[in-house]
Amino acid sequence: MTDEENIVLQAKGLRKTFTLSRKQQRIERTASRVRVAVDGVSFSTRRGEIFGLLGSNGAGKTTTLRMLSTLIRPDSGDALVEGLSVVEQPARVREKIGFLTSELRLEDFFTPNYLFDFFSRLHGVPQEECHRRKAQLFDRFGIGEFAEVRVANLSTGMKQKLSIAVSLVHDPEVIIFDEPTNGLDVLTARVVTDYLREQREAGKSIILSTHIFSLVEKLCDRVGVLIDGRMAACGQLAEVADGLSMEDRFFEIYQRQKGGEQ
Amino acid sequence: MRGNIAAIMQKEMARFFGDRQMLFNTVLLPGLLIYIIYSLMGSGISQMVSQGQDEVVAVWVENMPAGLSWMPEGGEGSMVVVERAFGQGSVDSLADKDINAVLVRFPAGFDSLVAAFPAGEVPNVEIYYNSTNNAASRAYTQLTQMLEQRYSAYTVNAPQFEGQHYDQATPDAIGAMVWSKLLPMLIVMLLFSGVMSLAPSSIAGEKERGTIATLLVTPMRRSELALGKVLSLSCLSLLSGLSSFIGIALSLPRMMQADGGTIGMAVHYAAADYLALLLVIFSTMLLLVALVSILSAWAKDVKNAGTMVTPLMLLVMLVGLLPMFQGDAEVSWGVSLIPFYNSIEAMTAIFSHQMQPLMVLTTLAANVAYTAAAVWVLTRMFNSERVMFRR
Ligand SMILES: Nc1ncnc2c1ncn2[C@@H]1O[C@H](COP(=O)(O)OP(=O)(O)O)[C@@H](O)[C@H]1O
Ligand SMILES: [Mg+2]
Repeated sequence: MTDEENIVLQAKGLRKTFTLSRKQQRIERTASRVRVAVDGVSFSTRRGEIFGLLGSNGAGKTTTLRMLSTLIRPDSGDALVEGLSVVEQPARVREKIGFLTSELRLEDFFTPNYLFDFFSRLHGVPQEECHRRKAQLFDRFGIGEFAEVRVANLSTGMKQKLSIAVSLVHDPEVIIFDEPTNGLDVLTARVVTDYLREQREAGKSIILSTHIFSLVEKLCDRVGVLIDGRMAACGQLAEVADGLSMEDRFFEIYQRQKGGEQ
Repeated sequence: MRGNIAAIMQKEMARFFGDRQMLFNTVLLPGLLIYIIYSLMGSGISQMVSQGQDEVVAVWVENMPAGLSWMPEGGEGSMVVVERAFGQGSVDSLADKDINAVLVRFPAGFDSLVAAFPAGEVPNVEIYYNSTNNAASRAYTQLTQMLEQRYSAYTVNAPQFEGQHYDQATPDAIGAMVWSKLLPMLIVMLLFSGVMSLAPSSIAGEKERGTIATLLVTPMRRSELALGKVLSLSCLSLLSGLSSFIGIALSLPRMMQADGGTIGMAVHYAAADYLALLLVIFSTMLLLVALVSILSAWAKDVKNAGTMVTPLMLLVMLVGLLPMFQGDAEVSWGVSLIPFYNSIEAMTAIFSHQMQPLMVLTTLAANVAYTAAAVWVLTRMFNSERVMFRR
């Protein structure tokens, strides 16, 4: 396969602005009504690779991933997931992706067992397949013994692991995880990163966002550096790092970007 | 994809039936409240009835049969019996419920008719009274009882004379009045409370807690989500409406006992009345669910939803009070097209025995049409990231 054929997801000039409410304006002490959250972001990811979106708080990572997962529509630009446009065919795109972000919650009232079945059904997963995957994922993330405990009574880490399992009910080709290890203890974080590596070996395409440099260095094949909604650098990890640590490199890019603006 | 709508509905049901508090608030409470309130009201009416005990009632008798000597004795309540003929003017004057009078007209030659029985004509006694006048009603009951006793002893085959009574009150006046003026508003309020305990937490709550976003990243269409929500909320709310309805149906006999047992007046409704009532309740419920769902989808959180629904609640309450200030239920086409007012008027008409099938049908059609429009709006809202992810 050529590199072109390997491309699973392609973002092209994604742009998103938010209109601020008066209250938001006051909180953020800005006079402008419009906030440009993401400004012309392009990148592509391939089969069997982990792509890291690196950026500080407010850089536009979550907004970018929400556009990829069709939760919000880009003002302009588009993204193709296995050739399907997030703007034109959002429902089809959602069949292909597994999306995880902290704003997606699971209902406290239900048990992991119920929720896994419920979301499998919404994804059109056949029942047998659902049971097989449930056994597999619950075992993998140690959810099994809590299968009948209501979400309300699960620990934060267990909730996060359940959210991951639920986002993967349909064995998606593209896995989009927003800050997947945030708030997890080291052991749980390790389970998650191990799982993502495994998925990479299985040929999945994974996009994750993070502000943790070491995570990018350990896990990602390619990286995009997002600063103030713009893609400041994007490429193979070694290319972008260019001999420096990711942290040092990031601040270099950051300085350059900010300097260029002034 | 009907499967997704079903999945959403099943989830909502599982959520609902797994929550005892919710179950109690929406299903048990409304019916129980109505039953208790209306049963109490029933005994209140009984008391009103017994208050008429020591008032004197004038009994005018036309063509007093020669053999009838019991009249002046009159029973416990005092009756003043006067033999005299009366005209239509006197009968009409009974419409004034403050006139304590009963008018009795025997047919000419009553005695010979009774003697000839069972051959020949059945003797027909006309008795005029106003059932909203408690003393007159009581006198009427006593008179008919005495009449029946007297003549069943007289002949072997008691002449089942048609003791026709002519109630000069508007039909079932007291009962129907109480029912028709108070009940519609009470019903709508109970329906409202049923919807309020369901829709805001199911829609604004899911939005607030971020659980609806998890649904939005599945391949399910937004319209399926909207429809699944409205349908399940409607089913559950209908359960609450049904509970109110059962409460009414069960307390009706208590009301009837209170009125009918003592004063020969029954708040009596036909099966068609009950059916119409049920349909009006259901269609009103659908519309309520859809409207409250829209407000809940717009709201930031459950609390906000409560605030937003309050004006609607007040408005509906106000509309519910209108029958108090009106005479008879209005019957016009325009009325059946105004949401909520149409339901209130339809229920008022049903309770006051003035149900008109066409009016009920237009009310139903209008409510269903408004509901459909509201569901369409709701789908648009689920589609809008502005609405769903407002900060
Ligand atoms: N719904 C919204 N309304 C207004 N501003 C928003 C909204 N969502 C995000 N933003 C703004 O857009 C910018 C990017 O946010 P986000 O994508 O969440 O950043 P990150 O995930 O990288 O921390 C931030 O300045 C944030 O305040
Ligand atoms: Mg973020």
